[in-house]
Amino acid sequence: MSTSSEVTVDVTLRVNGVEHTRTVEPRRLLSDFLRHDLRLTGTHVGCEHGVCGACTVLVDGDPMRSCLMFAVSAQEHEITTTEGLGTQDAMGPVQQAFVECHGLQCGFCTPGFVTTITAFIEENPDPTIDEAREAISGNLCRCTGYQNICKAVLRAAEIKREGTEGAMAAEPGEPV
Amino acid sequence: MKPAPFVHHSPRTLDEAVAMLGDVGHDGKVLAGGQSLIPVLNMRLAQPAHLVDINRVAGLDTVTVSDDVVRVGATVRHASLEKNTEAYAVLPLLRQALRNVAHPAIRNRGTTVGSIAHADAAGEMPSIAVLTGAVIEVVGPAGRREVAAADFFEGPLMTVLEADELVEAVRFGRFAEGTRTAFLESARRHGDYALAGVGVAVDVEGQGGDAVVRGARAAYVSVTDVPVVVDLTEAVAGQPFSSAWDGVEDLVQAGIAPEADIHASSEYRRALAAELTRRALTTALSEVAS
Repeated sequence: MSTSSEVTVDVTLRVNGVEHTRTVEPRRLLSDFLRHDLRLTGTHVGCEHGVCGACTVLVDGDPMRSCLMFAVSAQEHEITTTEGLGTQDAMGPVQQAFVECHGLQCGFCTPGFVTTITAFIEENPDPTIDEAREAISGNLCRCTGYQNICKAVLRAAEIKREGTEGAMAAEPGEPV
Repeated sequence: MKPAPFVHHSPRTLDEAVAMLGDVGHDGKVLAGGQSLIPVLNMRLAQPAHLVDINRVAGLDTVTVSDDVVRVGATVRHASLEKNTEAYAVLPLLRQALRNVAHPAIRNRGTTVGSIAHADAAGEMPSIAVLTGAVIEVVGPAGRREVAAADFFEGPLMTVLEADELVEAVRFGRFAEGTRTAFLESARRHGDYALAGVGVAVDVEGQGGDAVVRGARAAYVSVTDVPVVVDLTEAVAGQPFSSAWDGVEDLVQAGIAPEADIHASSEYRRALAAELTRRALTTALSEVAS
């Protein structure tokens, strides 16, 4: 039994394969822990109540809203952010597809799409455009009109199937 | 948009959780998936001094299928129940409804039992609880008690749960052999709060081309304050599968009381609920025919 009656608690999270410990208040959202405490600012915060999807990260491989989880509750799970899905020089399949298909304009919503689509094509390696559309229905984009994002979903799946195209992703879980 | 400070409690056993709730429940909340609670905390619509986080409590994350029921523990995620093939085989209505619960990312974290305890009138799973005649397993400092789903909900976001009690599991009742089900809802965007939704369970008599409907019940989303079962039997008994179900309109309208908001008028929701009911009856009968 652990009861944290102090103002702060030590929270240890495994993010992109690296363990980090920080002392934070229990009310620290996972999204803020990533951005403020770990300086992993790839994860973006939009609405902060689960609607926009910008803050979506992978928890044990499943997309979840990091603004709707407390960091203290995310311990003992493997967290993957967009930083863990590739680098500028070696983009992951989803990141590569967004570049090729012009799937972003301002880029604010993109990290949430990248994590969401990464998990989706893992489960559904050859989606139809309708499946792609439904898969991203929980993420808002105010620039693109979604057409190119849908194309990017299909292209990402294609790149992943081929396993080439210069998109050698850092394995999720590899230190970045 | 940040929660007010709270004390975080992380019990490892149900007994610990109950003891903690006994101490702090009067000014605390149970945290399971948090997909409804945390938005409320972020917006400071609620500021409980304590959160009893049950995510690490052992033994609450299991789905058990038995002859009469599907028992779902308090920390079973929507997505996990949705993908549970054993539960789907005996009670397909669960998956049919769960696919309409928010977006996949929310279903990966949110819990089915939590959404029932939360009792949002726009929630899908409270309606499924009443339609299946579920039993809510409640535990608190005074011990265990079981509450029929029909008696559990008192109003929007209000249940018979005391502040120091938590729901350990929900037992969804399995339907009689041959019962056919469907769940349909309409939302502005797939995964958003439904303007109206309906789950139906249809009893069928006879085989093949001679089969006729014996009875049907429906439960609604977003058009009643608390989930209720509307008995459509009077209007559907003896009908062929190809019926247009025109007779259900009066029964549906008598059973619901939708309110207007910025998304839809009360009249629109009434029309929608009736049309969804007709389509759900047809869907239920066509899906199992295949």
